[in-house]
Amino acid sequence: MRLEVEITGKSFRSAAGETHEVLAPVQFALQSGEVGVLIGPSGCGKSTMLRIILGLDHDFAGRVARPPEARIGMVFQEPRLLPWRSVEQNVRLAAPEVSDAKLSELFRILELEAHRGHFPGELSLGLARRVALARAFAVEPDLLVLDEPLASLDDALAGRLRDEIATLVASRPVMTLLVTHSLDDAIRLGDRLFFLSPRPARIMREVPIAIPRAARSEAEIAAIRSELARRIQAEQGDVDAGRDVS
Amino acid sequence: MLRLLSFALFLATWWTAALFVGGAKLPSPPAVLQVMIAEASSGALFLHLGATLARVTLAFVLAMSLGSAIGYLMGRVRLADRLGDPWLILLLNLPALVVIVLAYIWAGLTEAAAIAAIAINKLPTAIVTLREGARALDRSLDEMASVFAMPRWRAFRHVVLPQLAPYIAASARSGLSLVWKIVLVAELLGRPNGVGFEIGVAFQLFDTPRLLAYSLTFAAVVLVIETLLVQPFEARANRWRPRAA
Repeated sequence: MRLEVEITGKSFRSAAGETHEVLAPVQFALQSGEVGVLIGPSGCGKSTMLRIILGLDHDFAGRVARPPEARIGMVFQEPRLLPWRSVEQNVRLAAPEVSDAKLSELFRILELEAHRGHFPGELSLGLARRVALARAFAVEPDLLVLDEPLASLDDALAGRLRDEIATLVASRPVMTLLVTHSLDDAIRLGDRLFFLSPRPARIMREVPIAIPRAARSEAEIAAIRSELARRIQAEQGDVDAGRDVS
Repeated sequence: MLRLLSFALFLATWWTAALFVGGAKLPSPPAVLQVMIAEASSGALFLHLGATLARVTLAFVLAMSLGSAIGYLMGRVRLADRLGDPWLILLLNLPALVVIVLAYIWAGLTEAAAIAAIAINKLPTAIVTLREGARALDRSLDEMASVFAMPRWRAFRHVVLPQLAPYIAASARSGLSLVWKIVLVAELLGRPNGVGFEIGVAFQLFDTPRLLAYSLTFAAVVLVIETLLVQPFEARANRWRPRAA
């Protein structure tokens, strides 16, 4: 499977009648098994791009090709759980085919076993985010879209969830699109990093990471990180993109 | 316990007032109870109460289901809202009496006319409430359902309906009280049975004990339905909400 994104432009008309460019031409493709990471300053149009890719926004110029049968698992920036359904029902409603064993496994990994019967209103934000992750994973997606899934989690848990995402991505041929502010998450999870410009967003630089995810040692990660930081620093005068990836 | 106390207070006030005003205008509780028992043992009470309840049920179900569907449509589809709005405003402001009288004139003094007239009176308020509910639906949850490719019916049942439940409950509660009031007028004007008809008869004879016997039994039935049906439904629809302190 393959996701092809060829957006030639996206603008919207404000209430005052002015036209605002949200996206400049953006083009990239993702293969099964690949993790693409979108990194860019806040408000640069990442969310708009995701909405177009997910098929929630049809009002744009260009095209997005994804196999129509591709199952999508999505982790939104805010958890978007149904407050009137229990944790388990929330997952099952999105993923009716999930087996009991698989569900138990997911709840065990994400440490949600004790919360199966709770309503989202009874959970902390960190827990709710984990439920959203469980829901996206339970679908066994072909296309996994993660919009800052690890924000506002403590480091230890974020690290563990990052490992879980890596495990899931390795276990199935899934196309993954991750939006993050953390260069560290990007380097640890991504195969290709797309650095976006401020609005209207375009891809300023595409950085492939050649070393397979599982084989990346701490030293190599640190090396990639400092290399990227150096390059970003060098271009600081050119484009002010270093702010959010530092 | 508190409810019982408040009921006792009501009885005491009534009794004292009856002593001052005199039995012709305000009969004492035992006098009214006597009439109630007499009417109940002859079976007339249940006959009239049953006829009224059947009308209430039919008109209520008709107005609620039709009103909810139209209200939902108007809240979600702009065109429907534009087309329906003038009609809605007209219906909302049409006096109940006009609707009832016109229904009897056009459709005759029939059961269908009575039920339709009652339902038409309740319809616009159900539409307005459900339209507000549909307008307040959370778009972000719709998007979630669409991304996860939830089938329409499942999304409606688990994403949309729970959001509408408080509006449905509010509309049911206010609607029920409206229907209770209007059904008696419709019966008074054009039906040969029901609580409204009996009250009309009692009025012509200035038979206050009879009037009170029927209206109070009717009030008791309303109270029972409210506690046994409406309140449990509301509690169930809201059970996921964190309880207020």
